[in-house]
Amino acid sequence: MNIANWGKYPTIDARIRGFRTVGDLKDSFQDAATLIARGLGRCYGDSSLWSTIVSTLKFNRILAFDAEEGIMRCEAGTSLEEVLDVAVPCGWFLPVTPGTKHVTLGGAIASDVHGKNHHKEGAFSDHVLSMEVMLHDGEIIACSHRERQGLFTAVCGGMGLLGVILNATFRLKKIETAYIMQRTIRAADLDEVMDLFEQYADATYSVAWIDCIAKEKKRGRSVFMLGEHALRKDLEGSQFAERPLEISLRKRLNIPSQFPSFVLNRFSAKAFNFVYFQRAKTERSAVADFDTFFYPLDAIGHWNRIYGSKGFTQYQCVMPRDTSKQGLRSLLNIISWGGEVPFLAVLKLFGKGNGNLLSFPMEGYTLALDFPITPTLFSFLDSLDKIVLDYGGRLYLAKDARMSGEMFRRSYGNAARFIDLKHQLDGSDKFRSLQSERLEI
Amino acid sequence: MPYLLILGARSDIARAVSHRFARKGLNLCLAARRYEEADRDAKDLEIRYRIRVMTREFDALDFEGHESWYAGLPEKPLGVLCAVGFLGNQKKGETNLTEAKKIMETNYLGCVSILNVIANDFEERKAGFIIGISSVAGDRGRQSNYFYGSSKAAFTAYLSGLRNRLCRVNVRVITVKPGFVRTGMTEDLELPAMLTSSPEEVARDILSAFEKGKDVIYTKWYWKYIMAVIKIIPEKIFKKLNL
Repeated sequence: MNIANWGKYPTIDARIRGFRTVGDLKDSFQDAATLIARGLGRCYGDSSLWSTIVSTLKFNRILAFDAEEGIMRCEAGTSLEEVLDVAVPCGWFLPVTPGTKHVTLGGAIASDVHGKNHHKEGAFSDHVLSMEVMLHDGEIIACSHRERQGLFTAVCGGMGLLGVILNATFRLKKIETAYIMQRTIRAADLDEVMDLFEQYADATYSVAWIDCIAKEKKRGRSVFMLGEHALRKDLEGSQFAERPLEISLRKRLNIPSQFPSFVLNRFSAKAFNFVYFQRAKTERSAVADFDTFFYPLDAIGHWNRIYGSKGFTQYQCVMPRDTSKQGLRSLLNIISWGGEVPFLAVLKLFGKGNGNLLSFPMEGYTLALDFPITPTLFSFLDSLDKIVLDYGGRLYLAKDARMSGEMFRRSYGNAARFIDLKHQLDGSDKFRSLQSERLEI
Repeated sequence: MPYLLILGARSDIARAVSHRFARKGLNLCLAARRYEEADRDAKDLEIRYRIRVMTREFDALDFEGHESWYAGLPEKPLGVLCAVGFLGNQKKGETNLTEAKKIMETNYLGCVSILNVIANDFEERKAGFIIGISSVAGDRGRQSNYFYGSSKAAFTAYLSGLRNRLCRVNVRVITVKPGFVRTGMTEDLELPAMLTSSPEEVARDILSAFEKGKDVIYTKWYWKYIMAVIKIIPEKIFKKLNL
């Protein structure tokens, strides 16, 4: 059947095998010479696409939950939404969450996902205590930061290319309420928003929406958002005070079908960015439930359909802190004058990266841009690649659908080490994806 | 501990139904053949919904053992969901009686054998409910799966008769006829996306049928009309169709 990930680009005719037990998975290993594991398909590009896909979605049991210590153990197909459903009413939250809860635990580890608290609390894998991985021959190996550390640091962020993650034990974060004290500050340009990131380095959550179309003086105007977990006393007197760990279910909008590709153009993008910026007050504080704060787009089912049938790609790069400002300026300059229109753009300051071989975050600024696919897009993105590379940055593999093998090898310092380890552990090259072929991993 | 007994608990539809009823706070007994992941399933449901779950090894084809198997349960269930089923290989069954028999025995005889025992108990206690998962395939025989279809037709008729008998003692029998469902059973088939539902959707429909007091449901609902059309096609034409 035809299958694509979140960006709807590229598409592949693949055979999908589910597994419910470890035995089922071993059978699939024997039936298929090469394969890749896939969860909810929320990576944007081709990371989890191959002619044979093993779907982890039926392998989604919660195996243990210690509500005193906040430690949970789940099978890899468990979604972060399922984790939250169990954890939040008991006063626990995900230690790190990406911008959607519709990802699986296995996918979160394999992509080494980060969140709005990266500068303080690192990536998701930094909170994983241990996990089990099935290698190409069906052998199951346990690893952690202490035990078989080499394997652990390669599998976290390893895009499923060393084996299939079976389950993981991870630490949760204690919360008093399911609410977030949110603050929004408007920034007039790039310098101002970067100053805000520095100034609010102590905030638990921080991120900025950035207007990449506005030119000259307005270049880089942003809406900067901060968040802290609300304490019980913060909710006193409000309607949420009585049941602080419960939130009411949101109405879910659904994009019923593909938008025609012409809906998104320079004018609609400009209008959207204008409204978004003007709507944000100069400075504002509010209480939001965690769903609204962390997962605003989850409220719109299939929002990827607004990009039309050709799909879209997200270009997410990071550049080291000391070159970020110049690098971002160059990027914004090309983007605001270029013919390709990013509809949505997000800026964030990362903290220090971890030791995982293919982990994306490094200390510095990350910029994420959504582009609808056009015939000229990829050559345009190649020109962005040059800038990112020049400033010592790299691209996020979980979002990527098009970078070259050369770009990958030159930007990921541990690429060679990872490939060596893959030769050692997966000599038959069983675990493959369209991405790993493209990047020659 | 009042609980719902789930036969064929390893199937995707049964798993989805377990979650639906567990969310309502009902305890469960999960029973299936070669049930190696029993402990994991039980623990998962207990953690998510704070209910009690027990598990049992159960073989629908062990006809002789069914009476003592049921007697061996620590207490009698509030109701039962029978999700035992085997699609089998139609082509193979045409030349190999063992395969054909396995399809018919699993989908019909095995279910009848255990439900007879349970029905007698429910009738005596004047309490309980039985939910049987049949199939739209039982509404009319087709060349592509008539071993499966005919055994489901027999099961549908069995449930209808059982409902007729047990309604006098206030024991409900619900016949569920799913259309295409994306499950382990149909993994290798190309199913039309528009007509295919997920196990979760089927489970939602089953819970709603239970709550609304329905006797027979199609899931998704429009299968009722699709099958009505398929049933009125004259045999002269139907026999030439490739369905």
